[in-house]
Amino acid sequence: MPEVKRRNERLVVLLVLGFIALNYPLLSLFSKVRLFFGIPVLYLYIFTVWSLFILCMALVLEKRAFPSMTSSPPRSGKAE
Amino acid sequence: MLQQWVILVISFCYLGILFAIAYYGDKRADAGRSIISNPYIYTLSIAVYCTAWTFYGSVGRSATTGVGFLPIYLGPTLMAALWWFVLRKIIRIAKVHRLTSIADFIASRYAKDPLIGGIVTIIAVVGILPYISLQLKAVSTSFNVLHTFQSPSQIIHHTETIWTDTALYVALVMAVFSLLFGTRHIDASERHEGLVAAVAFESVVKLIAFCVVGIFVCYYLFAGPSELVSDAVKSPELAKLMKMEAVPGGYASWFTLTFLSMMAIMFLPRQFHLLVVENVNEEHVKKASWLFPLYLLLINIFVLPISLAGLILFEGWSVDPDTFVLTVPLYAKQELVALFVFLGGLSAATGMAIVASIALSTMICNDLVMPVLLRLHYFQQRDLSSVLLTIRRGSIFGILLLGYAYFRLIGESYTLVTIGLVSFAAAAQFAPAILIGIYWRRASRRGAIAGLLAGFAVWGYTLLVPSFVISGWIPQSILEPGPFGLAFLGPYHLFGLDMFDHITHSVFWSMLANVGLLVGVSLFDRQNTMERVQAALFVDVFRHRGIDTRLWSGTATVAELKRLVARFIGPVEAEKAFAEYAEHHDLDTGLNAQAEANLVGFTERKLAGAIGAASARVMISSVVQGEEIGIEGLMEILDETSQVIEYSHRLEEKSRELEIATAELRAANRRLTELDRLKDEFVSTVTHELRTPLTSVRSFSEILRDNPSLPREERQQFLDIIVKESERLTRLINQVLDLAKMESGSVTWTRECVELARVIQEASDSISRLFHENSIQLEKILPAEPVYVMADRDRLIQVAINLLSNAVKFCEPGTGLVQVRLSVSPGKARIEVIDNGPGIHPDEQKRIFDKFHQLKGLRDEKPKGSGLGLTISHRIVTHHDGRIWVESAPEAGAKFIIELPLAKSCEDSEGAGHT
Repeated sequence: MPEVKRRNERLVVLLVLGFIALNYPLLSLFSKVRLFFGIPVLYLYIFTVWSLFILCMALVLEKRAFPSMTSSPPRSGKAE
Repeated sequence: MLQQWVILVISFCYLGILFAIAYYGDKRADAGRSIISNPYIYTLSIAVYCTAWTFYGSVGRSATTGVGFLPIYLGPTLMAALWWFVLRKIIRIAKVHRLTSIADFIASRYAKDPLIGGIVTIIAVVGILPYISLQLKAVSTSFNVLHTFQSPSQIIHHTETIWTDTALYVALVMAVFSLLFGTRHIDASERHEGLVAAVAFESVVKLIAFCVVGIFVCYYLFAGPSELVSDAVKSPELAKLMKMEAVPGGYASWFTLTFLSMMAIMFLPRQFHLLVVENVNEEHVKKASWLFPLYLLLINIFVLPISLAGLILFEGWSVDPDTFVLTVPLYAKQELVALFVFLGGLSAATGMAIVASIALSTMICNDLVMPVLLRLHYFQQRDLSSVLLTIRRGSIFGILLLGYAYFRLIGESYTLVTIGLVSFAAAAQFAPAILIGIYWRRASRRGAIAGLLAGFAVWGYTLLVPSFVISGWIPQSILEPGPFGLAFLGPYHLFGLDMFDHITHSVFWSMLANVGLLVGVSLFDRQNTMERVQAALFVDVFRHRGIDTRLWSGTATVAELKRLVARFIGPVEAEKAFAEYAEHHDLDTGLNAQAEANLVGFTERKLAGAIGAASARVMISSVVQGEEIGIEGLMEILDETSQVIEYSHRLEEKSRELEIATAELRAANRRLTELDRLKDEFVSTVTHELRTPLTSVRSFSEILRDNPSLPREERQQFLDIIVKESERLTRLINQVLDLAKMESGSVTWTRECVELARVIQEASDSISRLFHENSIQLEKILPAEPVYVMADRDRLIQVAINLLSNAVKFCEPGTGLVQVRLSVSPGKARIEVIDNGPGIHPDEQKRIFDKFHQLKGLRDEKPKGSGLGLTISHRIVTHHDGRIWVESAPEAGAKFIIELPLAKSCEDSEGAGHT
C-alpha cells in the first residue's frame, strides 16, 4: 500500500509541477521573439516541458516495484 | 484539380474500410479473441479527442493566436497524471455498477435519481450537438475546398443546397455505421469492440495524415522548419505569433482553456464512453496515461509550421486559415497529399461524430426516454427489448440529423474553435458532480441537481444565447447593452465582469454557480438512506469487494425477476444470463422459489446495463416487495468504523491468546526452576548421605591401618562397622539408582497376577532375621481366600519389605509388635502395617514420602535409612493405580496403609503368578 500511495503522490506532484511550468508567470519568461536552434523559444520551452512531462509519467507509471497491487483484476463485462 | 467523383469514391472506399475493420473487430470479439484488449488500441481510441477541430482548427487558431491552440492539448496531458487514480476509480465504479454513460454514472451516484440522469442527458445533448455539427461542417468545407480550390486568388464560395451537400451524406453514412456497430447489444455495458477498433484505426490515419502534411510543408515547400521560421520572423505580423501576447484573453484564457480541456478529456460523453465504458482492463490506463499525451504531442508538432507556411504563402489573399492543411498542399499542386489529408480530416470528423452519437443515444434512451416510457401505462407489462434498440437507433439518426440542421442554420457563422469550446464548457459542468461525488460522501442529490442546473443555466446564458444572437435569431440588444437594457445582466459581462474573454467569463460564472451550489446545498442537506448507500459505494469502491449484495432485503420470486429481465433484453438473453448466474451460484429455478438478495442485485445490474441504473432501480422496486435495503448490509456499508472495530477485535483476541501463552510459559518456567531446585537438593542430599557412611568406613579403615597392634575384639568390632556401613552405602546407591530409573521412566514393569498373601509371606520371610535380632514380634493376619492384584511382583515385595523394616526401626526391642493385615474391600485389596512405636507427628505425616525425609530413630540419634524407601514405595504403589498413606497419633504407633485395585480375571488362572 505505501508503494501505491507513493506513486499517487508522485503523480500529483507531477501534475502540480506541470501546471506551474505551463502557466503564468513561468510562461511569460519565454514570451519573446527569439530563436533557439531555429525554433521560437516559447515553442521550444512548451514542447520541452511537454516531452519531459511525458517522460516522467512513463517513468513513474512503468516502474516495476509493485509486486502486489491492491486492485483485483477487473471483471470483464460479461462475467458476473 | 481533383474531380468531385474521385473524391467521393475514395471517401466512400475509406468509409468502407472502416466498416470492414469494425466488422472484423466484432467478429473477433464474438470469437472471444479481442483485438482491442491492449493498452495501445485503448490509447488510440481515446485519441478520438482529436477531432476535425484539431485537424483543421488548430492550424486556423495557430494562424491567429500563435500558441493559443496548445492549452487544448496541454490540459489532457496534465490530466493524464490523475488518470491512474481518478480514472481508474471511475472505471471500477462503472464496472461494478454496470454503468453505461456519464448520465448513468452521475444519476447512480446520487441515489439513482432519474431526474439527474435526465438533466445530464439534456446538458450533454444541447452541449454536444454543436460539436457534432462542427464535424459535419469540417467535412463539408474540406470537401468543397478540395474540389474547388485552384489558386488562392480565386476562392469559390458557393452554398450548397441540402441535396448536393456532402455533409448530409456523410452524416447519413455515419448514422448507418453507428447503427450497425454501436447498437449491437441491448446491454449497453457490453463493449462495442468493432467500433473501438475502427476508431483506433481512424486515430492512426489522422496522425499519419497530419504528420505527412507537416513533413511535406517543412521539407518540400521549405528547406526545413528553421528556414520556415526564420522566413516568418521577418514579417512583424508573424513574429507576433511567437509570443504569448498573441493569445486572446492572455494568461487567464490560457489557464481557462487548460482547465476546460482537463475536464473535457474525461467528461465529454464520447471520452467518458471510450475511457470508461469501452475499457477492457483497468491496467490499460497505466500505459495510456503517458502514451496518449505522446500522441497529442506528435499531432501538434507540425501545427505551427503549417500555419506559418500558409500565412507566408497566402499573404494578402483571403484564404480561411482553418483550411490551410488542405490548401497548402493544393497550392503546391500536390493533390494526392491533399487527398490523404482530406481522409485524415474525414477520420477525425467521423470518429468523433460516431462515438458521440452512440454515447448520446444511450443516454437519451436510458436516461430520458425510458423513465418516461416506464411510467406510461401502455408499456407497463410489455416486452420492451425491441423498443429499446429502436429508441437508440432513432436517437442516433436524430442526433446526427439535428447536428446537420444546426450546421445549416447556425454553424456557418462560427469558427471551428469557438463551437468546440462551447461544448467543452458544457462538458465541464459534469466535472464537479463526478469528481466531488467520488471523493466526498456528503455530496447530496439535491446539491447535484442544484449545481448542474445552475451551471447549465449560466453556460446557456453566457455562451449559447450569444451564439443565437450572432446567428441573428435573437436581437443584438441582449448582448449590448443587455437584456431589458440592464447592462449588468449582459451575457458577456455578467455583473460587470468584463476583464475576461467570453469563454473564461462563462467558465468562471458557471463553475462558481455549479460548485458553489453543489457544495453549499450538500452541506445543509440531509441525505436519505439510498443516497448514503450509493455515496458510500462510490467513494469506497476500492474497499468494498464488488457490490454488496445484502443491500436488498425484500422478497421476489426467481420467475418474476426472470420475466422482468426478459422484458428488456429478450427471453433468450434472459435465459442465458440466469443460466450464467446459476453456474456460479446456487440457484433454485423453481417457479415460486424466492430469489436471494444476491440474485436481486444481479438482476438489477443486468437491467442497469440495458436501461440505465435509475430505471433499473424503478423496475426492481416494482417487483420486489418489502424493505428495499437490508439493515445489515446498510450498516456494513455506512459504518466506516465497522472494519476498524473488527480489526481491533481481532487484535484483542490475539493479545488474549498471547497472554494465555505467556501464562503457560511462566508456569512451565516455574515448574522447571522448581525441578531444577529439587534436583540440586537431591544431589546435595545424596552426596551428603553418601559421605556419612564413607567417612566412617574411611576412619575405621585408617585406625586399622595405623594401629596394627589393636586388640582382636576391637579390630573385629571395627571391621563389623566397616562392613555394615558398606552395606548401607550399597543399599543407598541401589535405591538412588532405583528411584532415578523410576523417575526417568526407564523401569520396565511386569504385570502379572499376584497373590498378596504370598507377597507378604515372602517379604516377612526375607527379613525375619531382622525381627529376630531386634526381638520384635511379627503378627500376620491374612484372609483365607487368596487376594489377587495385577502387579509387578518383585516391586510389591520390595514395598512390603520396606514397610516392615521401617516398622522394625521404630519399635522398642523386646516389646515391639508389628502387625501385617491383609483385607479385601469392594474392588480393593488393603494391606496394613501397624507398629507400636512412637508414632508420627501429624506435621511429619505429609512429608515422610518426600525424598530423603528421615525420621529420627528411637535407638540411636543417627537416622538409619536412606530416606528413599518410602519415596520408592510411594512411586511403586502409585504406579499400580494404588494409594499409600499413613495414619498415626503420637505415642500410639503408626499404621501404613496400601490400597490396590483387585485383579478381575485371575481366579480361573490361579497360580499363574506363583512362578
